[in-house]
Amino acid sequence: MKKIQILGTGCLKCKTLMANAEAAVQALGVEAQFEKVEKIADIMKFGVMVTPALVVDGVVKSAGKVLSPDEIEKYLG
Amino acid sequence: MEEEGVSMRFPACRKSLAIGVAGLAVWWLLYASLEPIAAWFTYSLCGLAKETRLGATVEFFVFESPKVLMLLALVVFGVGIIRSFFTPERTRQILSRKSESVGNVLAALLGIVTPFCSCSAVPLFIGFVTTGVPLGVTFSFLVSSPMVNEVALVLLFGLFGWKVAAIYLSTGLTIAILSGWVIGRLRMEKYVEDWVFQTQVGDTGLQAELDWPARIRLGVDAVKDIVGHVWPYVLLGIGVGAGIHGYVPENFMAAIMGKGAWWSVPLAVLIGVPMYSNAAGIIPIVQALLGKGAALGTVLAFMMAVIALSLPEAIILRKVLKPRLLAVFFGVVALGIMTVGYLFNAIM
Repeated sequence: MKKIQILGTGCLKCKTLMANAEAAVQALGVEAQFEKVEKIADIMKFGVMVTPALVVDGVVKSAGKVLSPDEIEKYLG
Repeated sequence: MEEEGVSMRFPACRKSLAIGVAGLAVWWLLYASLEPIAAWFTYSLCGLAKETRLGATVEFFVFESPKVLMLLALVVFGVGIIRSFFTPERTRQILSRKSESVGNVLAALLGIVTPFCSCSAVPLFIGFVTTGVPLGVTFSFLVSSPMVNEVALVLLFGLFGWKVAAIYLSTGLTIAILSGWVIGRLRMEKYVEDWVFQTQVGDTGLQAELDWPARIRLGVDAVKDIVGHVWPYVLLGIGVGAGIHGYVPENFMAAIMGKGAWWSVPLAVLIGVPMYSNAAGIIPIVQALLGKGAALGTVLAFMMAVIALSLPEAIILRKVLKPRLLAVFFGVVALGIMTVGYLFNAIM
Protein backbone atom coordinates (compact mmCIF):
# COMPACT_ATOMS: atom_id res chain seq x y z
CA MET A 1 0.00 0.00 0.00
CA LYS A 2 1.53 3.28 -1.13
CA LYS A 3 0.80 6.58 0.50
CA ILE A 4 0.65 9.37 -2.04
CA GLN A 5 0.46 12.99 -0.93
CA ILE A 6 -0.07 15.94 -3.25
CA LEU A 7 1.21 19.20 -1.80
CA GLY A 8 -0.32 22.45 -2.98
CA THR A 9 -2.69 25.20 -1.99
CA GLY A 10 -5.41 24.10 -4.38
CA CYS A 11 -4.42 25.74 -7.64
CA LEU A 12 -5.16 24.23 -11.03
CA LYS A 13 -1.70 22.64 -11.31
CA CYS A 14 -2.23 20.77 -8.04
CA LYS A 15 -5.49 19.32 -9.31
CA THR A 16 -3.84 18.21 -12.54
CA LEU A 17 -1.04 16.51 -10.60
CA MET A 18 -3.61 14.72 -8.43
CA ALA A 19 -5.46 13.47 -11.51
CA ASN A 20 -2.19 12.31 -13.11
CA ALA A 21 -1.18 10.46 -9.93
CA GLU A 22 -4.53 8.68 -9.89
CA ALA A 23 -4.04 7.72 -13.54
CA ALA A 24 -0.56 6.39 -12.77
CA VAL A 25 -1.85 4.27 -9.88
CA GLN A 26 -4.59 2.84 -12.09
CA ALA A 27 -2.15 2.04 -14.88
CA LEU A 28 0.20 0.24 -12.49
CA GLY A 29 -2.61 -1.53 -10.67
CA VAL A 30 -1.06 -0.86 -7.25
CA GLU A 31 -3.00 -0.02 -4.13
CA ALA A 32 -2.58 3.51 -2.96
CA GLN A 33 -4.00 5.94 -0.48
CA PHE A 34 -4.25 9.57 -1.56
CA GLU A 35 -4.04 12.70 0.54
CA LYS A 36 -4.19 16.37 -0.39
CA VAL A 37 -1.91 18.52 1.77
CA GLU A 38 -3.22 22.06 1.47
CA LYS A 39 -2.19 23.83 4.68
CA ILE A 40 0.93 25.96 4.26
CA ALA A 41 2.42 24.86 7.58
CA ASP A 42 2.08 21.20 6.56
CA ILE A 43 3.59 21.87 3.14
CA MET A 44 6.54 23.65 4.75
CA LYS A 45 7.27 20.64 6.97
CA PHE A 46 8.31 18.82 3.83
CA GLY A 47 10.59 21.74 2.95
CA VAL A 48 8.75 22.28 -0.32
CA MET A 49 8.90 25.88 -1.60
CA VAL A 50 7.31 25.48 -5.02
CA THR A 51 4.04 23.66 -5.50
CA PRO A 52 2.65 21.30 -6.64
CA ALA A 53 4.80 18.60 -5.08
CA LEU A 54 4.53 14.81 -5.10
CA VAL A 55 5.30 12.86 -1.94
CA VAL A 56 5.37 9.05 -1.92
CA ASP A 57 5.53 7.26 1.44
CA GLY A 58 6.72 10.43 3.14
CA VAL A 59 9.54 11.14 0.66
CA VAL A 60 9.43 14.22 -1.60
CA LYS A 61 9.81 13.02 -5.19
CA SER A 62 9.28 16.23 -7.13
CA ALA A 63 8.42 19.87 -6.49
CA GLY A 64 7.18 22.68 -8.70
CA LYS A 65 6.28 20.49 -11.63
CA VAL A 66 3.14 18.86 -13.00
CA LEU A 67 4.43 15.36 -13.67
CA SER A 68 2.82 13.24 -16.38
CA PRO A 69 1.28 9.88 -15.37
CA ASP A 70 4.30 8.14 -16.98
CA GLU A 71 6.75 10.12 -14.88
CA ILE A 72 4.77 9.40 -11.72
CA GLU A 73 4.78 5.65 -12.48
CA LYS A 74 8.58 5.68 -12.21
CA TYR A 75 8.34 6.98 -8.65
CA LEU A 76 5.78 4.36 -7.69
CA GLY A 77 7.62 1.34 -9.06
CA MET B 1 29.11 18.46 -9.53
CA GLU B 2 27.63 19.03 -12.97
CA GLU B 3 30.97 18.74 -14.73
CA GLU B 4 31.57 15.35 -13.20
CA GLY B 5 28.15 14.26 -14.43
CA VAL B 6 28.95 15.46 -17.93
CA SER B 7 32.27 13.66 -18.26
CA MET B 8 30.80 10.44 -16.87
CA ARG B 9 28.03 10.47 -19.44
CA PHE B 10 30.16 11.64 -22.31
CA PRO B 11 28.56 9.65 -25.17
CA ALA B 12 25.06 10.82 -24.19
CA CYS B 13 26.37 14.35 -23.88
CA ARG B 14 28.02 14.27 -27.31
CA LYS B 15 24.85 12.94 -28.89
CA SER B 16 22.78 15.68 -27.25
CA LEU B 17 25.29 18.26 -28.42
CA ALA B 18 25.13 17.00 -32.03
CA ILE B 19 21.33 17.10 -32.00
CA GLY B 20 21.48 20.56 -30.46
CA VAL B 21 23.81 21.94 -33.14
CA ALA B 22 21.76 20.39 -35.94
CA GLY B 23 18.56 21.75 -34.43
CA LEU B 24 20.06 25.22 -34.15
CA ALA B 25 21.16 25.11 -37.81
CA VAL B 26 17.65 24.16 -38.95
CA TRP B 27 16.22 26.88 -36.72
CA TRP B 28 18.54 29.49 -38.22
CA LEU B 29 17.81 28.45 -41.83
CA LEU B 30 14.07 28.71 -41.21
CA TYR B 31 14.44 32.00 -39.36
CA ALA B 32 16.54 33.54 -42.12
CA SER B 33 14.05 32.58 -44.82
CA LEU B 34 10.99 33.99 -43.03
CA GLU B 35 11.16 37.35 -44.75
CA PRO B 36 11.26 36.09 -48.35
CA ILE B 37 8.60 33.47 -47.52
CA ALA B 38 6.31 36.18 -46.10
CA ALA B 39 6.80 38.35 -49.20
CA TRP B 40 6.20 35.38 -51.51
CA PHE B 41 3.06 34.36 -49.56
CA THR B 42 1.60 37.86 -49.61
CA TYR B 43 2.35 39.03 -53.13
CA SER B 44 2.61 35.82 -55.17
CA LEU B 45 0.37 33.29 -53.45
CA CYS B 46 -2.35 35.69 -52.27
CA GLY B 47 -1.78 38.00 -55.22
CA LEU B 48 -1.99 41.18 -53.18
CA ALA B 49 -0.60 44.32 -54.76
CA LYS B 50 2.57 45.82 -53.31
CA GLU B 51 2.44 49.26 -51.69
CA THR B 52 -1.16 48.75 -50.52
CA ARG B 53 -2.41 48.87 -46.95
CA LEU B 54 -3.80 45.34 -47.10
CA GLY B 55 -0.56 44.02 -48.58
CA ALA B 56 1.56 45.70 -45.90
CA THR B 57 -0.73 44.42 -43.15
CA VAL B 58 -0.70 40.81 -44.36
CA GLU B 59 3.05 40.78 -44.97
CA PHE B 60 3.70 42.24 -41.49
CA PHE B 61 1.56 39.57 -39.84
CA VAL B 62 2.90 36.64 -41.87
CA PHE B 63 6.49 37.71 -41.18
CA GLU B 64 6.23 38.79 -37.55
CA SER B 65 4.16 35.89 -36.12
CA PRO B 66 6.55 33.03 -36.92
CA LYS B 67 9.54 35.30 -36.19
CA VAL B 68 8.44 36.09 -32.65
CA LEU B 69 7.23 32.55 -31.93
CA MET B 70 10.53 31.06 -33.17
CA LEU B 71 12.56 33.49 -31.07
CA LEU B 72 10.36 32.67 -28.09
CA ALA B 73 10.79 28.91 -28.57
CA LEU B 74 14.58 29.20 -28.82
CA VAL B 75 14.98 31.45 -25.77
CA VAL B 76 12.47 29.53 -23.64
CA PHE B 77 14.35 26.32 -24.48
CA GLY B 78 17.68 27.89 -23.49
CA VAL B 79 16.30 29.37 -20.29
CA GLY B 80 14.60 26.04 -19.50
CA ILE B 81 18.03 24.41 -19.53
CA ILE B 82 19.60 27.20 -17.46
CA ARG B 83 16.74 26.86 -14.98
CA SER B 84 17.54 23.20 -14.44
CA PHE B 85 20.65 24.46 -12.64
CA PHE B 86 18.76 26.89 -10.41
CA THR B 87 16.20 25.17 -8.22
CA PRO B 88 14.59 27.32 -5.51
CA GLU B 89 16.63 25.35 -2.94
CA ARG B 90 19.85 26.30 -4.69
CA THR B 91 18.80 29.94 -5.02
CA ARG B 92 17.98 30.08 -1.33
CA GLN B 93 21.33 28.53 -0.46
CA ILE B 94 23.15 31.17 -2.52
CA LEU B 95 21.15 34.04 -1.01
CA SER B 96 21.29 32.99 2.65
CA ARG B 97 25.02 33.49 2.83
CA LYS B 98 25.15 36.96 1.32
CA SER B 99 25.28 40.40 2.88
CA GLU B 100 22.32 42.62 2.17
CA SER B 101 23.37 44.85 -0.75
CA VAL B 102 25.10 42.07 -2.68
CA GLY B 103 22.13 39.89 -1.79
CA ASN B 104 19.64 42.32 -3.36
CA VAL B 105 21.55 42.33 -6.65
CA LEU B 106 21.95 38.55 -6.70
CA ALA B 107 18.31 38.00 -5.75
CA ALA B 108 17.10 40.20 -8.61
CA LEU B 109 19.36 38.35 -11.07
CA LEU B 110 18.38 34.91 -9.76
CA GLY B 111 14.74 35.99 -10.03
CA ILE B 112 15.14 35.93 -13.82
CA VAL B 113 16.10 32.27 -13.92
CA THR B 114 14.33 30.76 -10.90
CA PRO B 115 10.86 29.62 -11.84
CA PHE B 116 7.87 30.00 -9.57
CA CYS B 117 4.20 30.61 -10.16
CA SER B 118 2.14 33.02 -8.10
CA CYS B 119 0.53 30.18 -6.13
CA SER B 120 4.00 29.38 -4.73
CA ALA B 121 4.66 32.91 -3.47
CA VAL B 122 3.75 32.09 0.14
CA PRO B 123 5.73 28.84 0.59
CA LEU B 124 8.66 30.47 -1.19
CA PHE B 125 8.51 33.51 1.07
CA ILE B 126 8.42 31.34 4.22
CA GLY B 127 11.15 29.06 2.89
CA PHE B 128 13.41 32.06 2.28
CA VAL B 129 12.91 34.17 5.42
CA THR B 130 12.99 31.26 7.88
CA THR B 131 16.33 30.01 6.61
CA GLY B 132 18.28 33.22 6.89
CA VAL B 133 17.59 35.07 3.65
CA PRO B 134 17.15 38.73 4.73
CA LEU B 135 13.63 40.16 4.28
CA GLY B 136 14.72 42.84 1.78
CA VAL B 137 16.64 40.29 -0.30
CA THR B 138 13.56 38.06 -0.37
CA PHE B 139 11.53 41.00 -1.70
CA SER B 140 14.08 41.71 -4.43
CA PHE B 141 13.51 38.15 -5.56
CA LEU B 142 9.72 38.36 -5.33
CA VAL B 143 9.68 41.53 -7.46
CA SER B 144 12.15 40.44 -10.10
CA SER B 145 10.89 36.89 -10.66
CA PRO B 146 7.51 37.70 -12.24
CA MET B 147 8.47 41.07 -13.76
CA VAL B 148 11.78 40.33 -15.46
CA ASN B 149 11.50 37.08 -17.35
CA GLU B 150 12.46 35.62 -20.69
CA VAL B 151 8.95 35.80 -22.16
CA ALA B 152 8.64 39.55 -21.52
CA LEU B 153 12.13 40.17 -22.89
CA VAL B 154 11.70 38.12 -26.08
CA LEU B 155 8.34 39.69 -26.85
CA LEU B 156 9.67 43.20 -26.33
CA PHE B 157 12.75 42.40 -28.40
CA GLY B 158 10.77 40.77 -31.21
CA LEU B 159 8.12 43.49 -31.43
CA PHE B 160 9.87 46.71 -30.42
CA GLY B 161 13.59 46.04 -30.88
CA TRP B 162 16.55 45.44 -28.59
CA LYS B 163 16.58 48.93 -27.08
CA VAL B 164 13.13 48.58 -25.53
CA ALA B 165 14.01 45.07 -24.29
CA ALA B 166 17.28 46.34 -22.77
CA ILE B 167 15.53 49.27 -21.08
CA TYR B 168 12.95 46.91 -19.65
CA LEU B 169 15.59 44.48 -18.38
CA SER B 170 17.81 47.09 -16.74
CA THR B 171 15.03 49.17 -15.17
CA GLY B 172 13.12 46.06 -14.03
CA LEU B 173 16.23 44.76 -12.27
CA THR B 174 16.92 48.20 -10.76
CA ILE B 175 13.40 48.41 -9.34
CA ALA B 176 13.71 44.91 -7.85
CA ILE B 177 17.12 45.68 -6.32
CA LEU B 178 16.19 49.10 -4.91
CA SER B 179 12.75 48.25 -3.57
CA GLY B 180 14.16 45.20 -1.77
CA TRP B 181 16.99 47.33 -0.42
CA VAL B 182 14.59 50.01 0.84
CA ILE B 183 12.38 47.44 2.57
CA GLY B 184 15.52 45.98 4.18
CA ARG B 185 16.59 49.43 5.43
CA LEU B 186 13.14 50.10 6.89
CA ARG B 187 13.64 47.12 9.24
CA MET B 188 10.16 45.77 8.81
CA GLU B 189 10.73 42.23 10.07
CA LYS B 190 8.15 42.76 12.83
CA TYR B 191 5.49 43.32 10.17
CA VAL B 192 5.82 39.79 8.93
CA GLU B 193 2.98 37.69 10.39
CA ASP B 194 4.19 36.05 13.61
CA TRP B 195 3.38 32.50 12.60
CA VAL B 196 5.79 32.67 9.68
CA PHE B 197 8.90 32.51 11.85
CA GLN B 198 7.37 29.75 13.98
CA THR B 199 6.80 27.54 10.95
CA GLN B 200 8.90 24.43 10.93
CA VAL B 201 10.60 24.13 7.59
CA GLY B 202 11.84 20.70 6.63
CA ASP B 203 14.31 19.61 4.00
CA THR B 204 12.94 18.08 0.81
CA GLY B 205 15.97 15.83 0.44
CA LEU B 206 15.53 16.23 -3.29
CA GLN B 207 18.79 15.66 -5.11
CA ALA B 208 18.75 17.57 -8.37
CA GLU B 209 21.48 15.52 -10.03
CA LEU B 210 20.35 15.79 -13.61
CA ASP B 211 22.15 14.55 -16.68
CA TRP B 212 22.13 16.43 -19.98
CA PRO B 213 19.34 14.48 -21.66
CA ALA B 214 17.16 15.26 -18.62
CA ARG B 215 18.04 18.97 -18.82
CA ILE B 216 17.20 19.02 -22.52
CA ARG B 217 13.88 17.33 -21.76
CA LEU B 218 13.21 20.12 -19.26
CA GLY B 219 13.99 22.67 -21.99
CA VAL B 220 11.55 20.96 -24.37
CA ASP B 221 8.91 20.78 -21.62
CA ALA B 222 9.33 24.51 -21.00
CA VAL B 223 8.80 25.26 -24.70
CA LYS B 224 5.66 23.09 -24.84
CA ASP B 225 4.30 24.59 -21.64
CA ILE B 226 5.15 28.28 -22.16
CA VAL B 227 4.85 28.64 -25.94
CA GLY B 228 1.75 26.43 -25.78
CA HIS B 229 0.15 28.91 -23.40
CA VAL B 230 1.26 32.27 -24.79
CA TRP B 231 0.95 31.84 -28.56
CA PRO B 232 -2.65 33.19 -28.77
CA TYR B 233 -1.54 36.40 -27.01
CA VAL B 234 1.45 36.73 -29.29
CA LEU B 235 -0.71 36.36 -32.39
CA LEU B 236 -3.25 38.80 -30.97
CA GLY B 237 -0.46 41.27 -30.18
CA ILE B 238 0.98 41.02 -33.67
CA GLY B 239 -2.51 41.18 -35.18
CA VAL B 240 -3.16 44.42 -33.32
CA GLY B 241 0.24 45.65 -34.45
CA ALA B 242 -0.48 44.66 -38.05
CA GLY B 243 -3.81 46.47 -37.99
CA ILE B 244 -2.18 49.64 -36.69
CA HIS B 245 0.68 49.22 -39.13
CA GLY B 246 -1.69 49.37 -42.07
CA TYR B 247 -4.63 51.46 -40.94
CA VAL B 248 -4.86 53.46 -37.73
CA PRO B 249 -3.36 56.94 -37.91
CA GLU B 250 -0.41 57.59 -35.62
CA ASN B 251 -0.69 59.83 -32.58
CA PHE B 252 -4.22 58.68 -31.92
CA MET B 253 -3.42 58.21 -28.21
CA ALA B 254 -0.88 61.01 -27.98
CA ALA B 255 -3.24 63.41 -26.23
CA ILE B 256 -4.11 61.04 -23.37
CA MET B 257 -0.97 58.95 -22.98
CA GLY B 258 1.64 61.00 -24.77
CA LYS B 259 4.63 62.75 -23.23
CA GLY B 260 2.70 65.98 -22.75
CA ALA B 261 0.27 64.57 -20.21
CA TRP B 262 2.22 64.51 -16.91
CA TRP B 263 -0.52 62.61 -15.08
CA SER B 264 -0.50 59.75 -17.57
CA VAL B 265 2.31 57.86 -15.76
CA PRO B 266 0.70 57.71 -12.29
CA LEU B 267 -2.64 56.97 -13.94
CA ALA B 268 -1.13 54.09 -15.93
CA VAL B 269 0.41 52.64 -12.75
CA LEU B 270 -2.81 53.14 -10.77
CA ILE B 271 -4.80 51.27 -13.41
CA GLY B 272 -2.11 48.62 -13.87
CA VAL B 273 -1.45 47.66 -10.24
CA PRO B 274 -4.74 45.85 -9.47
CA MET B 275 -4.79 44.13 -12.87
CA TYR B 276 -3.42 40.64 -13.13
CA SER B 277 -1.79 39.29 -16.25
CA ASN B 278 1.42 37.63 -17.30
CA ALA B 279 3.87 39.27 -19.68
CA ALA B 280 2.35 37.68 -22.79
CA GLY B 281 -1.21 38.73 -22.02
CA ILE B 282 -0.29 42.38 -21.73
CA ILE B 283 1.64 42.54 -25.01
CA PRO B 284 -1.38 43.11 -27.31
CA ILE B 285 -2.36 46.13 -25.19
CA VAL B 286 1.21 47.45 -25.14
CA GLN B 287 1.37 47.05 -28.90
CA ALA B 288 -1.88 48.96 -29.38
CA LEU B 289 -0.91 51.81 -27.03
CA LEU B 290 2.58 52.30 -28.48
CA GLY B 291 1.32 52.09 -32.04
CA LYS B 292 -1.22 54.80 -31.43
CA GLY B 293 1.29 57.28 -30.10
CA ALA B 294 1.36 56.65 -26.34
CA ALA B 295 4.73 57.51 -24.79
CA LEU B 296 7.20 54.64 -24.23
CA GLY B 297 7.77 55.41 -20.53
CA THR B 298 4.05 55.47 -19.81
CA VAL B 299 3.47 52.17 -21.59
CA LEU B 300 6.44 50.44 -19.92
CA ALA B 301 5.21 51.67 -16.53
CA PHE B 302 1.77 50.25 -17.28
CA MET B 303 3.23 46.89 -18.35
CA MET B 304 5.44 46.64 -15.25
CA ALA B 305 2.59 47.58 -12.93
CA VAL B 306 0.35 44.90 -14.42
CA ILE B 307 2.83 42.03 -14.24
CA ALA B 308 4.75 42.91 -11.06
CA LEU B 309 1.84 43.78 -8.77
CA SER B 310 -1.75 42.59 -8.67
CA LEU B 311 -4.75 42.34 -6.42
CA PRO B 312 -4.67 38.51 -6.28
CA GLU B 313 -0.99 38.70 -5.29
CA ALA B 314 -1.83 41.15 -2.50
CA ILE B 315 -4.47 38.79 -1.18
CA ILE B 316 -2.06 35.84 -1.29
CA LEU B 317 0.77 37.77 0.40
CA ARG B 318 -1.56 39.15 3.09
CA LYS B 319 -1.32 35.67 4.67
CA VAL B 320 2.33 36.28 5.52
CA LEU B 321 2.60 40.09 5.62
CA LYS B 322 0.87 42.46 8.01
CA PRO B 323 -1.04 45.26 6.22
CA ARG B 324 1.69 47.81 6.85
CA LEU B 325 4.45 45.80 5.18
CA LEU B 326 2.13 44.83 2.34
CA ALA B 327 1.33 48.52 1.77
CA VAL B 328 5.01 49.50 1.91
CA PHE B 329 5.88 46.73 -0.56
CA PHE B 330 3.25 47.81 -3.09
CA GLY B 331 4.01 51.50 -2.48
CA VAL B 332 7.77 51.20 -2.98
CA VAL B 333 7.48 49.09 -6.12
CA ALA B 334 4.77 51.34 -7.60
CA LEU B 335 6.95 54.38 -6.90
CA GLY B 336 9.90 52.71 -8.62
CA ILE B 337 7.76 51.93 -11.66
CA MET B 338 6.51 55.53 -11.85
CA THR B 339 10.09 56.81 -11.72
CA VAL B 340 10.96 54.58 -14.66
CA GLY B 341 7.96 55.90 -16.57
CA TYR B 342 8.92 59.55 -16.06
CA LEU B 343 12.59 58.85 -16.74
CA PHE B 344 11.91 57.37 -20.15
CA ASN B 345 9.34 59.92 -21.13
CA ALA B 346 11.98 62.55 -20.34
CA ILE B 347 14.92 61.05 -22.24
CA MET B 348 13.37 59.26 -25.22
